[in-house]
Amino acid sequence: MSNDTNRRDFLGMAFGAFAAVGGVASLVGMKQAWDPLPSVLAAGFTTVDLANAEPGKPSTVTWRGKPIFILKKTADMPADGRELVIGSDRYTIVIGLCTHLGCIPAWKKTMWKCACHGGEFDSAGRNTFGPPPRPFDIPPFKLEGTVITLGEKGPESEAMMKA
Amino acid sequence: MMAKVDESLFSYDGLDKRMAITKFNKVMMTEYWIPKDINFLWAMGVVLATTFGILIISGLFLMMYYKPDTALAFDSVNYTIMQEVGFGWLFRNMHGVAASVVFLIIYIHMFTGLYYGSYKKGREMIWISGMLLFVTFSAAGFSGYMLPWGQMSYWAAAVITNLFAGGSLDAQFLVEWIRGGFAVNDATLTRFFMLHVFLLPIVILGIIALHFYTLRIPHVNNQESEDIDYDAEAEKYLAGNKKEAKVIPFWPVFLSKDFAVLSIFLIFYFYLVFFHYDFAMDPVNFDPANPMVTPAHIYPEWYFLWSYEVLRGFFFDIAGISAMDIGLVAFGFAQIAFLILPFIDKDPEILPAHKRPRFNIWFWIMMVDLVVLTVYGKLPPTGVNAWVGFFATLTFLGLFASLPFVTKADAKARGAL
Repeated sequence: MSNDTNRRDFLGMAFGAFAAVGGVASLVGMKQAWDPLPSVLAAGFTTVDLANAEPGKPSTVTWRGKPIFILKKTADMPADGRELVIGSDRYTIVIGLCTHLGCIPAWKKTMWKCACHGGEFDSAGRNTFGPPPRPFDIPPFKLEGTVITLGEKGPESEAMMKA
Repeated sequence: MMAKVDESLFSYDGLDKRMAITKFNKVMMTEYWIPKDINFLWAMGVVLATTFGILIISGLFLMMYYKPDTALAFDSVNYTIMQEVGFGWLFRNMHGVAASVVFLIIYIHMFTGLYYGSYKKGREMIWISGMLLFVTFSAAGFSGYMLPWGQMSYWAAAVITNLFAGGSLDAQFLVEWIRGGFAVNDATLTRFFMLHVFLLPIVILGIIALHFYTLRIPHVNNQESEDIDYDAEAEKYLAGNKKEAKVIPFWPVFLSKDFAVLSIFLIFYFYLVFFHYDFAMDPVNFDPANPMVTPAHIYPEWYFLWSYEVLRGFFFDIAGISAMDIGLVAFGFAQIAFLILPFIDKDPEILPAHKRPRFNIWFWIMMVDLVVLTVYGKLPPTGVNAWVGFFATLTFLGLFASLPFVTKADAKARGAL
């Protein structure tokens, strides 16, 4: 190999390496441009008082753009680890998005039924039929009296997630 | 040839010296040979190119009033464009109907290629670039469907972006990255607007150029898949023996026939635009997007129904694998199934389906199965519907699994293997 070739090889590799570093750096920038904005990430906390809930009729509140189902269970709905117990009252508190592809299932007397692909969830939010791979997700929340703050972690929600 | 040219730029000779327009015209038009033994199905390429042109032009006019903002998008379409802008309703109907009809023609174009074996030996690149166009057109259709920001727009966006979580992989970070938020939101709308009006059209134009290029060397197939000696046939044609030559030039002969088919298509298209535009405008999408209410029954546009039905065909777990994961894998396979066709067709000869008896049966079962999947893709997935969907999905997957054996059996029976 002549000196010339070595010199060209070196220039070629140096040029290529520089271009590769620049290319990767710009990919990082492009990736971050698509990340959720800080204002979206910081979008707050939702507080709900459970005291006025009507048994057997779930209500929906919004948290981080997602629906949260809150169901005060009736006496004949079976007990489940995935419920919040306050005194004699039992509540199901779940993110109301089908764990299949994220549609919002509707409450049909005793269960949630998803119109998109036919998934079904019982009163504890457990998947009982169709394509959903797991029960409804449980949102992090903190309990104070009968008031929950969605978005803050608390021992009750942690325990429900594990059940 | 030297760079210095004396002839005036503003003369045919001058342009010819500078840009070889005579040669270019021969290669691309007057001596680009097309077989005579073809039928109206060979006109679909030009019909598609024209429909894409209609989409671009009508899209330009829509873009001048459309607002990619969750607070403004719905009204900018349904009030400003539909009611205020002069002929805004026409451009919207043309755009919506063309977006739907373009898939009808794509499917006809694709299944013509499938029937006549036009994806085989020598023409694989045409098929592959064509399937890439199908994928990019699908992305363009999906991103465009989001823009009116109605209920169907929102929930289609929610469901499709959720697919990227990969089922049990639960890659929420990827879904949130694609959406730019926890749920489909303003950032999602604006970025899909960018994809729809700029990036995807540019990519599509590039792949269309590639698709035309891949076709130029092997030439189009013909009704009997005859291997034509283009040099010999072209010589006959150029010598004036047009009757015996098996070929015609792309321009003016082939294109004039194409224009006849195109005219009939455009009559049908404008009939839809003026009198039946509603088929491309789902009533549910005239409700503004509401992240808190999923419509009672959601389904994609007709052209996505077959793969949507494959996605939800498996509605129960099998061998410990969740229904959702099986559905996702089947759906993923359905997207690339036709792409790999040239590699799983094991017949060494290029022949149309009517000369490959077993493949012919395969082809028509596939057509019927796609129709069944499409019909049941729109029905609620309950009771017997779920089972029809399940078996139609199994048939779809089974057809691809059986293709190597079917094509081999045909070749053996013919003595080609």
